[in-house]
Amino acid sequence: MDIQLKRGLLDVCVLAAIKGKDSYGYQIIKDMKPYLALSESTLYTILKRLETANMLTVRTAEHGGRLRKYYHITNLGLERIEDFKNKWKELLSIYRFVTKEDDRHDQT
Amino acid sequence: MTKLKFLLSLRDRLPDLPPEDVEERLGFYSEMIEDRMEEGLSEEEAVAAVGSVDEIAAQIISETSLPPKKAKAKRQLKVWEIVLLALGSPIWLSLLVAAFAVIVSIFAAVWAVIICLWAVFASLVACAFAGVVSGIILTFVSHAIAGVAMIAAGLICAGLSIFLFYGCKAATVGTAWLVKTAVSSIRKEKNV
Repeated sequence: MDIQLKRGLLDVCVLAAIKGKDSYGYQIIKDMKPYLALSESTLYTILKRLETANMLTVRTAEHGGRLRKYYHITNLGLERIEDFKNKWKELLSIYRFVTKEDDRHDQT
Repeated sequence: MTKLKFLLSLRDRLPDLPPEDVEERLGFYSEMIEDRMEEGLSEEEAVAAVGSVDEIAAQIISETSLPPKKAKAKRQLKVWEIVLLALGSPIWLSLLVAAFAVIVSIFAAVWAVIICLWAVFASLVACAFAGVVSGIILTFVSHAIAGVAMIAAGLICAGLSIFLFYGCKAATVGTAWLVKTAVSSIRKEKNV
């Protein structure tokens, strides 16, 4: 897959993983596992990038006698997801147009 | 591998990253391992699930893209240096010329002493020849006593010149050694 495309997809996927409820590193990896295999190092880089872009905020909370970092999506992060949806709606309609030609061809 | 060993060896593999960045990453991996252990994995299994230290370090280094950053910093410094050199040229150029002149003048002064010694030697030799030759002529032509005195003076000059020859030779050798030692010690210091 194209690197730029994959990076964009990963960003949005991580944002989606924390959209409903604040989440933490291992939980994000588990949630994404069925869709995208993600290594710890890659996740760290993505979280850092999203934090720098103000799409998420980090808070440290105690959990079972130790500290854990929780990630919270910001409005900017939510906007990023909406942008992604709109962009892919557009792409999907183009995809349908392209495959429609194929269908017609197949029928004849 | 234990969690601690994993984190320590990972830290060892990332010497070029900023310390705060390394600590933050280590904290991230530590949390990952602990979360897996909480799920029921043993410490050994949890560490193994995170991946090998070599792979993780290689990925971090490739992702942080340190080489291009380093190259950029180097290039910027170079431009900076060039600007500084150009701006400072009226100062450092004249200082360089002055320093060179001082070194040359020290050499000239040292060798001038040697040249003087040899000049004295040459004049003594000349006096010896002139005294003896003119003394002989004077003895036979006019005043015999004055002529003999002249020859004696010439011989004294010749004797002194022989002494001075050895003195000059020793002084020359000594000065050459001094200059050589000074130059080589300056070179050594430069290399160190």
